[in-house]
Amino acid sequence: MGAFGHYLLAHLDTLKHEFWALFVGGVANGLLYGMIAVGYTLVYGVLRLINFAHSEIFMAGGFAGYFVMKALVGASAPSAFASVGLIVLGIVAGGVAGAVMAALLERVAYRTLRRRNAPRLAYLISAIGASYFLFNLAGKEFGHIAVSTPQPYINHAVFHIFGAPVLMYYIIILIAGVIMFIALDRLVAKTRLGRGIRAVAQDAETASLMGVNIDRTIAITFIVGGALGGAAGFLFAMGTGVVYTMGFVPALKAFTAAVLGGIGNLRGAMIGGLILGVFEGLCVVFVQAAYIDVVAFGILVLVLLVRPTGILGERLGRSA
Amino acid sequence: MTELLAKPPLRRLLITIAVVAVIELMTGPPGSNTAPTAGFKGSFAEHASFFGLFRTQRWVLFLFLALVGWGIVMVWMTNGPRVRVTLNKWLVVPRKFTSTRPVRWGVLGALLVVAVLLPHIINSPFWQAAMVEQIAVYVLLAIGLNVVVGFAGLLDLGYVAFYLIGAYTAAWVTGALPLPPLFNHALNPFWAIPIAIALVMITGILLGAPTLRLRGDYLAIVTLGFGEIVTIFANNLYGITDGSLGSKLIPHPSIHLGPLKYVWGLKPVPYYYLALGFVVLFLIVFSLLEHSRVGRAWTAIREDEVAAESVGINPLKYKVMAFAIGAASAGFAGVLTASQSNFIFPSSFTLTFSINILVLVILGGMGSIAGVVLGAILIQTVTEWLNNGQHWGYQPSDLYIYLGALLIVMMIFRPAGLIPSKRRKREILLSEADHENSHMDEVLLGDDT
Amino acid sequence: MSDIIFDVRNVTLRFGGVISLNDVSLHQDRGEILAVIGPNGAGKTSLFNSLTGVYQPQEGTINFTGRNGKSISIIGRKAYRVANFGVARTFQASRMFSALSTFENVKIGAESHRGIGVVGAMLHGPGTRRDEKRSDERTEELLKFVGLSAKANTIAASLSYGDRRRLEIARGLATDPQVLLLDEPAAGTNPSEKVELANLIRRVRDNMGVSILLIEHDMKLVMSLAERLYVLNFGGVIAEGTPEEVRANPVVIEAYLGSTTEEAESI
Repeated sequence: MGAFGHYLLAHLDTLKHEFWALFVGGVANGLLYGMIAVGYTLVYGVLRLINFAHSEIFMAGGFAGYFVMKALVGASAPSAFASVGLIVLGIVAGGVAGAVMAALLERVAYRTLRRRNAPRLAYLISAIGASYFLFNLAGKEFGHIAVSTPQPYINHAVFHIFGAPVLMYYIIILIAGVIMFIALDRLVAKTRLGRGIRAVAQDAETASLMGVNIDRTIAITFIVGGALGGAAGFLFAMGTGVVYTMGFVPALKAFTAAVLGGIGNLRGAMIGGLILGVFEGLCVVFVQAAYIDVVAFGILVLVLLVRPTGILGERLGRSA
Repeated sequence: MTELLAKPPLRRLLITIAVVAVIELMTGPPGSNTAPTAGFKGSFAEHASFFGLFRTQRWVLFLFLALVGWGIVMVWMTNGPRVRVTLNKWLVVPRKFTSTRPVRWGVLGALLVVAVLLPHIINSPFWQAAMVEQIAVYVLLAIGLNVVVGFAGLLDLGYVAFYLIGAYTAAWVTGALPLPPLFNHALNPFWAIPIAIALVMITGILLGAPTLRLRGDYLAIVTLGFGEIVTIFANNLYGITDGSLGSKLIPHPSIHLGPLKYVWGLKPVPYYYLALGFVVLFLIVFSLLEHSRVGRAWTAIREDEVAAESVGINPLKYKVMAFAIGAASAGFAGVLTASQSNFIFPSSFTLTFSINILVLVILGGMGSIAGVVLGAILIQTVTEWLNNGQHWGYQPSDLYIYLGALLIVMMIFRPAGLIPSKRRKREILLSEADHENSHMDEVLLGDDT
Repeated sequence: MSDIIFDVRNVTLRFGGVISLNDVSLHQDRGEILAVIGPNGAGKTSLFNSLTGVYQPQEGTINFTGRNGKSISIIGRKAYRVANFGVARTFQASRMFSALSTFENVKIGAESHRGIGVVGAMLHGPGTRRDEKRSDERTEELLKFVGLSAKANTIAASLSYGDRRRLEIARGLATDPQVLLLDEPAAGTNPSEKVELANLIRRVRDNMGVSILLIEHDMKLVMSLAERLYVLNFGGVIAEGTPEEVRANPVVIEAYLGSTTEEAESI
C-alpha cells in the first residue's frame, strides 16, 4: 500500500505539472470524439440502432482529406491565407466523402432491410459486414501501411495557457468543431429538416402520418452525421495520418462518448466527447499508453451498467 | 428520365451494373497510397480475356457479365415463384424421405465415415495441414459461437478472446510462459484441454454476468471491446505472456496413462483425429442442448424476453450459460492450435478473427448446427484453395473484403443462412410478416407442416 | 381473517412526472375470481405489471401469500422470481413464442420452474429423460384442459385470437400457479369464443383451485364471471363491490360516461 501511495503521489506530481498541456490535448481529442459521436446519436435517434459502420465514414473522410492535402500541399509551405483555404477545403472534402459514404451505407445496408422489417440482429450484422468490407477495400485500394498527411500549416504553439502550449492543430480543431457543432445544433433545433428529424426520433409512425417522409429523413440524418464524421476524419488525419483501419479505435471511443452523454442526445454527444477526451488525456500520467484504450472501454462498460441513459439522458426528440 | 429510371427493369439493370462494378473492384489489382487510382483504373481498364475468345478490357467482360446477370434476374423475377412452387412439389417425396429418423442417422453415419477416412483420401500435405489448422479449428469455433449467436441470439464480437485464452492456457500449463504453471509443475498440452475449457467457461461467466443484461447492440460493442482488450493485455503484459513476442516453446500433446501411450508429433493427421473426436463430442452435446429444456428456454428468451420471464425463466442465467458453454469449444480450439503449431502470437487474435467466425455462422445459418458446420467447411476450404496458388490475382488480404460483402448479401437475401434452422427461419419470416399482416398466412403456410 | 392471496396497500407508481397508480389498495381472497375494470389509461395494466414484478412501484407494499402460508413482498423482485412464487399471467396483446409450436410453448412453461440442470441436459441422462416425460404429460394434460390438443403441433403465430388466449392460459397454468392474472382475455374474440372463455376461466378456478384476477373491457363477461370488482380511474380505486353494487354505483357510471358512452351503456 505504501508503494502504491508513493506511486500515486509521484504521478499526481507529474499531473500537476503537466495538467494544462494534457488538458488542452484532451479537449482537442474530445471535440473530435464528439463530432463522431454525433453521427451515432443522430442515427440512433431515428432508427434506434447503433451504426456499426460509422467508423468507415470517419475513415472515408480521413482518406479524402489526405488525398486533397497530398495533391494541393505536397511538400510546399503555403502562405497563411492559403492555408486557411486549404484547411476549409480539407474539411469540406472529408465532410463530403463522409456524407456520400453514409448515404451509400444507408441505401445498401439499412434501407433494404428496413423495407422487409428485418429483425434487429440483421441490421447489426449487415452494418458490421459493411464496415468490414469498406475498410478492407480501402486497404486494397490505398495500401495497408499508415502514412502521415501533409500539413498546410506549421504546428507551432500559438499561445500558452498556464504555461501550456496551445498548438495550431488544436486551434484548428477547436474552431472547426465549435462552428460545426453550433451549426448542427441550430439545424436540428430550428429548421424544417431538423423538425422532421426530431419528429421521426420521437415517433416515426405519427411523424409519417403527419406527412414527414420517413425514408428521406432517415437518409438525411445519415448524411448529416456522415458529414460531421467525415470532417472529423480529416481533422484526425492531419494530426495522426491515415491507414485503412484508422476508424476502429476513434469510433469505439466516440461511441463511448455518445453513451456517456446519453445516446440520442446531441449536446450529450459533444459533452461526452469532451469528458472522455480530457479524462483520457489526464490518464496518460497514470497508465501506459498501451492501456489507454482499456480505460476508455472500462468507462463504456461502467456507464452502460450504472447509468445506461448517460449524463443528459436519451432524448433526441424532446429537446436538443 | 427519372420516370424511366423508376421502371423496375431499368432500375434492376442499373443495380446489377453497380454490383458488378463493385465486384470488379474487389477482384481487381490493388492500389497504394502513392498511386491511389491505380487499383480503380486497373480494375476496369486492365486487359482480360473474354472467355478465351478474344482479348479485351476488364470493363467489357464485366459489363457482359452484368447483362447476363440482369437477364437471369429478370427471368427469375417473372418465373421464380412458379419454379419454386414446382420444385417444392417435386421435393415433397424426397424431403419426407430425408426427414425420417433412419435416413438422418444413416446420413450422419456416412458423413462420419467420410470424415474418418478423409486424411487417407487426401494425401497432399498442404491439405492435410489445412484440414486441422484451417478447417477443424474453425468448425470448432463456429459451432461454439453458434451457441451464443444462434441459440441465445446474443451478438458476440469478441469471441476470439476465448480462443486466445484457450491458446495461452496451453502455453501456461506447459510452462511456456513467463508466468509459472500451476503448482510450478509443467503438464503436457493434453491436460491443458480440460483446464482451458474450464478457464474459458469461467471467463465467460465473469464477462457475461455483468454485461449480458445489456441490450443486443450494446452487448455487441461491449464484447467487441472485450476482444480488443484481451489482445491488448496479451500484447503488453510481458511479465505474464511475453507480450508481443508470443510464446514459442509449447510442446506437442501426449498421453501416458498406464498402457495407453501416445505422442502427437509434427504430422497433422493425428491432430485431425484429436480435433474430429472433440468436434463430434461438441456436436453431440450442443445438439442435445438445443433440443433440451435449456435450448427451448434460449428460444423463448430470444423471441420474447418479457413472456419468458412471465413463466419463470431467468434470462440472465440462461444468457450467461450460453456464453460459457459457447466458449468451451473455443477454449479447446485454442489448445489445439497452440500445441500443434508450438507457438502463438497475440497478433493473430484480432477483431478480424471474431468477425471471420461470425461469417461462418451467418453463412451456414444462425442456430443451425448442420448449417454452421457446412458454412465453416465451405468458407475455409475456398479460402485455403485461394491461398494455395495463383487465382485471378487474389491476395490473402482480399478475403476480408469478400467476407464483409458476404455478410451484407446474406442479410439482404438469405438471413437465415444456407441451411436455416427451422425456428430461426420462422422467426425472421414472422418479424417480416408483422410488417404486412396480409401476407402472414402466405408466409406461414410454407412452414406449417 | 379470511385467506388473502394478494394484499396491495397504498401503491403509487410514477413514470417521470406521470402518475400511473395513485395510492391503490386492494386485496384478493384465495380462490376468488376478482376483476379490475376502468376506462382506458386508468392504470389497469400498470397494476398488473406491478403485481408481477415488471414495474417497481415507488411507494406502498404488495404482499403475496402462498398456499403454504408463507408471505412474500412482490416489490423489488424480478418478474421471473414472482412467476416462480406462483403468479402466472397473460398479456393484453398476447405474447407467445410465436415461432414455436403450441406444444412447445406450454412445455416451456411446464419445465421453467424446475432447476436448470445443464449437465443433465448435455448428457441427456435418465433424470433429464424422466423430467422431459413429466413435462410432456403435463403439457398434454393442459392442452386438453384448454381444448387445444388438436392444435398441439401448430405454430403459435398461426393460431386464431381465441386460441392464442387459451394457449397463454395453458402456458401460465403450466407453471403451476396459485393465481392467474388475465389481461383482457376477451379482446379480439367473437361472442361464441367469449362464452367458451368464460367457462374455461371458471373451470380453471373450480378444477385447479387457481385464483383469478381479471382485467376486462367486456362488461358482460366481467359481470357474469367476477365475484367482486374494483373500479380504477386515473390511477386510483374509485369503487369496490359485487357486480350488482358496482353497477348501481353513481361514481362508476359517471366515470364511464366521462370516457365513452359505449362502455357506459354496456354496464
